[in-house]
Amino acid sequence: MNENKETRDESINKSPLGDLGANCLSISITKAMLSAEGKTNLEVCSEVQDNELLCLFGHSGAGKTTLLRILAGLTKPDKGRIVFNDIVWFDSEKKINLPPQERNVGYMFQDYGLFPNMTVEKNISFGQKEKNKEEVDKLLELFDLEILKNQHPEKLSGGQKQRVALARALAAKPNVLLLDEPLSALDFDMRLALQHEIRKAHELLNTVTIMVSHDLQEVFHLASTVIMLKNGTVINEGKPADVFSEKTYCLRQRVS
Amino acid sequence: MIMGDQDFINTLLLTGKLAVWTTFILFVLGLPVAYLLAYKKFWLKPLVEALISMPMVLPPTVLGFYMLLAYSPQNGIGRFLEQHFNTRLAFSFNGVLIASVIFSLPFMIQPLQNGLTGIPKSFRETAYTLGKSEFTTFIRVLVPNMIPSIITAAAMTFAHCIGEFGVVIMVGGNMPGETRVASIAIYDEVQAMNYHTANQYSFILFIISLLILTLIYSINGKKTPINL
Repeated sequence: MNENKETRDESINKSPLGDLGANCLSISITKAMLSAEGKTNLEVCSEVQDNELLCLFGHSGAGKTTLLRILAGLTKPDKGRIVFNDIVWFDSEKKINLPPQERNVGYMFQDYGLFPNMTVEKNISFGQKEKNKEEVDKLLELFDLEILKNQHPEKLSGGQKQRVALARALAAKPNVLLLDEPLSALDFDMRLALQHEIRKAHELLNTVTIMVSHDLQEVFHLASTVIMLKNGTVINEGKPADVFSEKTYCLRQRVS
Repeated sequence: MIMGDQDFINTLLLTGKLAVWTTFILFVLGLPVAYLLAYKKFWLKPLVEALISMPMVLPPTVLGFYMLLAYSPQNGIGRFLEQHFNTRLAFSFNGVLIASVIFSLPFMIQPLQNGLTGIPKSFRETAYTLGKSEFTTFIRVLVPNMIPSIITAAAMTFAHCIGEFGVVIMVGGNMPGETRVASIAIYDEVQAMNYHTANQYSFILFIISLLILTLIYSINGKKTPINL
């Protein structure tokens, strides 16, 4: 049984993504946006390294979701450049803007975006580039969804929906996993339990994960790096312990 | 009397044929148009939306008049059809069908457009990030999640078409077996003081319309319409 589990985990880790070597996402963008304090520019210049789980932290309207959408190709920045490994996703000077379909990102929306017309199993297999029932079964097992596989999303609890959405995002074997406040709709106990699922998804994928959050506990538990945004500007960047160390209380007051 | 019965049935069949063809053609045309109106921004969009909604406010006689002008062999389209296809659209079933399609545009397109805009944006965007094209997303994600809107659109178009009078009489006249639909037959029978036959037509149209509208309201009243 253990042997089976190992084989299963290995086979997922050995996805083409795992063999790409060191992944790197380089971001340098500007986008006019409307923040809580009026018109401002979202300006981010950063590099996300392989295996990093980056948290975008800040209050509502700081530009966290806009940045995530820009990375996914759902919102077009005004200026800048986004490069994943050697592939240019966006370059305003060269007028390159890859559509979301060609960026291969896994994007999890706040409302999870599960398709009501499909069962849990169909939702997950819809994410696959090529149909592979075995892999769907593996994902169902990994996220404890086997008994729910024939259910439609409307019958699921918030936590179950989140697991389906994660499994579906992974089914596409994305280059980058983007999670927009994945735990915001859940109660406290459920948040703790599902943080574990997010870590699992990140480790399985073996690449870059970027997650929007405004929960300090979540950031400390999950993130390897934090970018702190305020009105579109990066005000601090680094490891959670460094970013929040001395002025944690003060910043917490200011940001949340 | 037997002849009269046959006329009665033929008129109803012709009415049904016109409504079915109008609904089918408009469904095929309406889906892509509704998609463009729901999701795309383009310069002339307000004008296109206004033109599609015109039949809601325009007297049918106005449209019928312009259709007749267009069909006339003395004008561009009519002349082209007569010279190349030896066809005249005025006072023919096909002519009525084209006018009926144009006149029923809002009844098909508006419910479809509302259905599409009512689908959460995250559905489309999730599908795109999963590598699916706009077409695949449309067929596999959007259409299955707007079934109630599709049924409403088709039923509204069908019901409106069955009740259509002004455009048909302007473009098609009153030719038995060709353009004489039930609504015109009622008018004709009343003029001839055949109230019994007029009542038969009227009762059937009344029942069909009531059934269709009840269907629409029962669909829209369900809390989870996507389960249909």
